Amino acid sequence: MHVALLFVRPSGSLAAPAPGGLDIGIVFDLGGRGDKSFNDGAYIGANRAVKELGARVRFVEPGEGSDREAGLRLLAAEGMKLVIGVGFIFTDDLTALANEYPGVAFAGVDFAVAIGPDGKPILPPKNVAALRFREEQGSFLVGAIAALVGGSKKVGFVGGMDTPLIHKFEAGYRAGVKEVCPDCEVLVQYAGVTPDAFRNPGRGKELALSQYQQGVNVIYHASGSTGLGVFEAARTMNRYAIGVDADQYQEAPGRVLTSMVKRVDNAVYDVILRVSENRFSGGIYNFGLAEDGVAYIYDDHNRALIPDNVRARVEALKAEVIAGRIAVPSSR
Amino acid sequence: MMNQRVRTMMEESVLPPLVALVVALVAGDLLIMAYGQAPGVVWRTLLEGTWGNSYGFGQVLYKATTLTCTGLAVAVGLRAGLFNIGAEGQLAAGGFGAAVVGLMLPAGTPWLIAVTLCVLAAALAGGAVGSVPGILRARFGAHEVIITIMLNFVVLALLNYLVSAKLHVPETLHTPEIHAGAVPRLSSAFAAFHGSAANWTIVIVLLAAALVWGFLFRTRAGYELRAVGLQSDAAEYAGIRSGRVWFNALTMSGALAGLGGINFVLGYKNYYEDGFTGGAGFLGIAVALIGRNNPVGVVLAALFFATLSQGGLAINAMVPKQIVEVLQGIVILAVATAVPEVRRLLRGSMQRRKASS
Repeated sequence: MHVALLFVRPSGSLAAPAPGGLDIGIVFDLGGRGDKSFNDGAYIGANRAVKELGARVRFVEPGEGSDREAGLRLLAAEGMKLVIGVGFIFTDDLTALANEYPGVAFAGVDFAVAIGPDGKPILPPKNVAALRFREEQGSFLVGAIAALVGGSKKVGFVGGMDTPLIHKFEAGYRAGVKEVCPDCEVLVQYAGVTPDAFRNPGRGKELALSQYQQGVNVIYHASGSTGLGVFEAARTMNRYAIGVDADQYQEAPGRVLTSMVKRVDNAVYDVILRVSENRFSGGIYNFGLAEDGVAYIYDDHNRALIPDNVRARVEALKAEVIAGRIAVPSSR
Repeated sequence: MMNQRVRTMMEESVLPPLVALVVALVAGDLLIMAYGQAPGVVWRTLLEGTWGNSYGFGQVLYKATTLTCTGLAVAVGLRAGLFNIGAEGQLAAGGFGAAVVGLMLPAGTPWLIAVTLCVLAAALAGGAVGSVPGILRARFGAHEVIITIMLNFVVLALLNYLVSAKLHVPETLHTPEIHAGAVPRLSSAFAAFHGSAANWTIVIVLLAAALVWGFLFRTRAGYELRAVGLQSDAAEYAGIRSGRVWFNALTMSGALAGLGGINFVLGYKNYYEDGFTGGAGFLGIAVALIGRNNPVGVVLAALFFATLSQGGLAINAMVPKQIVEVLQGIVILAVATAVPEVRRLLRGSMQRRKASS
């Protein structure tokens, strides 16, 4: 029976790729497709490139740690024009492979850029684009929304793991709050000092409940799935929470004021576009408000929660940041 | 009669796994077709991506090295009648032990001394984790399944804390690179393996497999271990102290799993990374099961699962990786059920033949 089945060829099965096209390879992080965040964002961006640029995209979903390098290598060896690793965890593997395949373009979403002893960032290899996001700028705007809508002189922040990466969110948020309400107080708490702090909804709920009980009306979380506990607390207390990375409205409909989204899809599409127009070059790419790399959600779901005057004020702030008249701090 | 021996071997250990494999292949065909792809093409791509080129083969060897260790760990436990589900945590502890010693040693330490110390540290760390359920089992009769499962969480959380709070490089989940004790890649001797993670720890691990075989089947302690595993009361009656055997078996099991950590830490990345185990400890249970708790079988089974894992990447463009995971599950189920079942059928037909003649 097995031998017979070997000869079955359903229509629509994959044909070998033709050479010379815009071949793009993407390696997801272990979380893989369906995480409603990073990996899905990259998938959406790649699909847009398929439709608009005629790109052919191959995805690889690693099964374990050593598969990350294996996946990148597989794609690079197949002659892809561009190979993208989704997540900071790819940093080391991308750096090593880029030196080995100087003719292939690489890009890393959230690529970790180390700071050298002279205080300047150490640039990635020439054929690596480090796609980074100005999370502080998006956080700045949702900070302003939190202070303007909350109306209690106290706003909350729940972070995941206490690291410089999350301090970026906190610093931008704090600056946004102070911009529109200088005498407002920002309550800041972190869920822990280990990566587990990003997947501890119980702790998230505990922290959020205590902040709500201290008179906070809006909490912004940057804490992975720990944030699910923050939404849960918002629902029980009938207060508001602000989502992060992706639009998290569905986690607590009606209680999610807005979300600070990282447009991984735009960053991925942008780098594919560069390759298709033969103007790819390595280096550090920062996606902020101006590049539509970070944004806050304002749509039919939450229009009723954000008054028009607040919206106008926030849009004005956004214009100021883009114009460079407001510099948002990225560390505390 | 020589023929009789060959026939028994065929019927007892070769035919049943083959039947299981065919069952799994047919199920895989159907799955692949359900996804709208051609089974022949997918299988061919899988083989080409693994045994068909030296890089893929190197990756298979790399993955099989870790799986051999965890498979041996589970097999030694099962031979003593104990189910060690803690290989995941023991593997991580072993990797961490090797990394810590590699970090503490000064950069110029002679290679042989450094590697020996790191390997010993890995085995000791894994063995220490394995000895906990060993003591609890031997002393208090606590069930090793519960203890080893729960100990996974304790160990992984503890390592997670140690790495992220004390030892990590900023913006990463791993420790700094070790100063001494690195094991070269196979590609340093065979250029064809270029790029693959396969490294010389495979020799250490194969040596360990041979030693385990010798221990189990050629030493008195190994005999005692198997006797306790078959019938602990009878072994006790024969003068074997089951408690001590249990303790030794679980400690040895942990040490073998811990040894697997050197493959990643000394041979591949030269640092400990949080979560590097990636389920290899749990897959070790399947490796031991398919390998029939025999070190030779374990090595072969490890190669098989490593092929599936690496091949899964190669066919990822055509089918989602979950198909490979389902396939793994089917192989395990097929072996677990087909082996006794096929044997029963074979024995039945043999008896009928005897009766009719």
